[in-house]
Amino acid sequence: MKNLLILGGGTAGTMMANQLARKLDANQWHLSVVDKDETHYYQPGFIYVPFGVYRPEDTHRPRRSAISKRVDIVFSGIEAIEPEANRVRLDNGQTLPYDILVIATGCEIRPDQIQGLTDAGWKQNIFDFYTLDGAAALSKLLETWEGGRLVLNVAEMPIKCPVAPLEFVFLADWFFRGRGIRDKVELVYATPLPGAFTKPRASAALGKLMEQKGILTETEFNIGGVDGAKQVIRSWDGREIPYDLLVTIPPNMGVKAIERSGMGDDLNYVPTDKHTLQSKAYKNIWVLGDATNLPTSKAGSVAHFEHEVVVENILRQIKGIPPKPAFDGHANCFIETGFDRGVMIDFNYEVEPLRGTYPMPLAGPFSLLKETRLNHLGKLSFRWIYWNILMPGHHLPVSNQMSMKGKQKLVPSPRAIGAQAQ
Amino acid sequence: MVLTPPATLEDVQFNAEGFMIDPFAWIPELAEAIAEREGLQLTERHWLVINFARKEFEANGEAPTLRSITKNSGVDTREMYALFPSGPAKLAAKLAGLGKPTGCI
Repeated sequence: MKNLLILGGGTAGTMMANQLARKLDANQWHLSVVDKDETHYYQPGFIYVPFGVYRPEDTHRPRRSAISKRVDIVFSGIEAIEPEANRVRLDNGQTLPYDILVIATGCEIRPDQIQGLTDAGWKQNIFDFYTLDGAAALSKLLETWEGGRLVLNVAEMPIKCPVAPLEFVFLADWFFRGRGIRDKVELVYATPLPGAFTKPRASAALGKLMEQKGILTETEFNIGGVDGAKQVIRSWDGREIPYDLLVTIPPNMGVKAIERSGMGDDLNYVPTDKHTLQSKAYKNIWVLGDATNLPTSKAGSVAHFEHEVVVENILRQIKGIPPKPAFDGHANCFIETGFDRGVMIDFNYEVEPLRGTYPMPLAGPFSLLKETRLNHLGKLSFRWIYWNILMPGHHLPVSNQMSMKGKQKLVPSPRAIGAQAQ
Repeated sequence: MVLTPPATLEDVQFNAEGFMIDPFAWIPELAEAIAEREGLQLTERHWLVINFARKEFEANGEAPTLRSITKNSGVDTREMYALFPSGPAKLAAKLAGLGKPTGCI
């Protein structure tokens, strides 16, 4: 009996488990998942909790219920991976051997990495919403908050779900208008990036929305520390932003088990081949989801597109064929912009988000880099798709690789062409 | 024909943001020239970082992020901002003839 071990039973780990359960010969392969938490969180739902759109209980299910009965689950933390010995030591004392290992341990927020963040005011006027606890605590405050200066700070890139901070301020604008106190609230977005987003076209489009909604942006703001007593955040280059309410997205790092295993980079992400998703250090280790060091977004859609490639490559490995370098960095995302509208973006390693429609040319139904109600409905309906189609490993009728179909290709403007001709 | 190595900014190609297009065309004298253009006076500490960045590039093919520099070079974040005001990892990469560090996705 050979062992295929999956570390992490979240979005990526669950899809891997359920697909492999169907594709591997059960007489030859013993399949198991390790996770420290018996609860599987639908993380895209967290953004709705502070604003009362989802209740906390709407965002999770028992982990066991999402993973095929053919797969064993061991509920335990991981002490360390011993890749030279092909085994994993668990917190509960067990040691699990593997022939093939899948690392899908994700990433976590590390508020401890920002000086002063968890001192004065933490959980009173400083909150995160990347954990359910944080999002739920924030929702209690926002129900009755009478207004003031709300500062949202992104500490450092990369973060999982790079659009979520934008969604937060867009939804906050909508929420406070709904409560009739928008004029009593100042919304400030402090980011280390030079613009609203990481890619130029999307950054311009989203930046415009920020302006329209009266959200102030402070760019290239690299937070050095929080003074909870004075209620200011300070950048390394000496800028200070005062706050009444601070919503923080702390640095995101890979899990400590990766650090303990000596397998991660400076942020505890595992060096991974960009196209095959094989570990750069060990041939029988595959990495996907937020745990990789790949230069694409940390997002559920990426995990979905990656897992198809990893499943195929694992089957190839078992057959003794080389892996297919098939992953193109494909990612897409719905961005809530409030007032029942949303924007969608679709991109990969080489191509930034472009205007157009998705997945079909013209028929869409989703519009890229444009605010539409359908995009918002797409995001809301995604929760059902997540639990009922994505997690069970059913086929989604969208291409794994990013497609240029339906996208407005980059064409130099007539003015630029005219200028060149002169 | 003897090829003379580039020693002035005119001999080298830069992109719109001021980063050298070919990192392999860099020689230390260029760092001084780029520093002058950026209004910086290079000290031993600057050179420690520039040499670290070149070593990282040779090992990984990329300019190091600020986190990598502060973790591994011996120069902490506070000092980085003192040596290379505003966007220290970017500026260090510029001086070392490297492309922008890809910290941001």
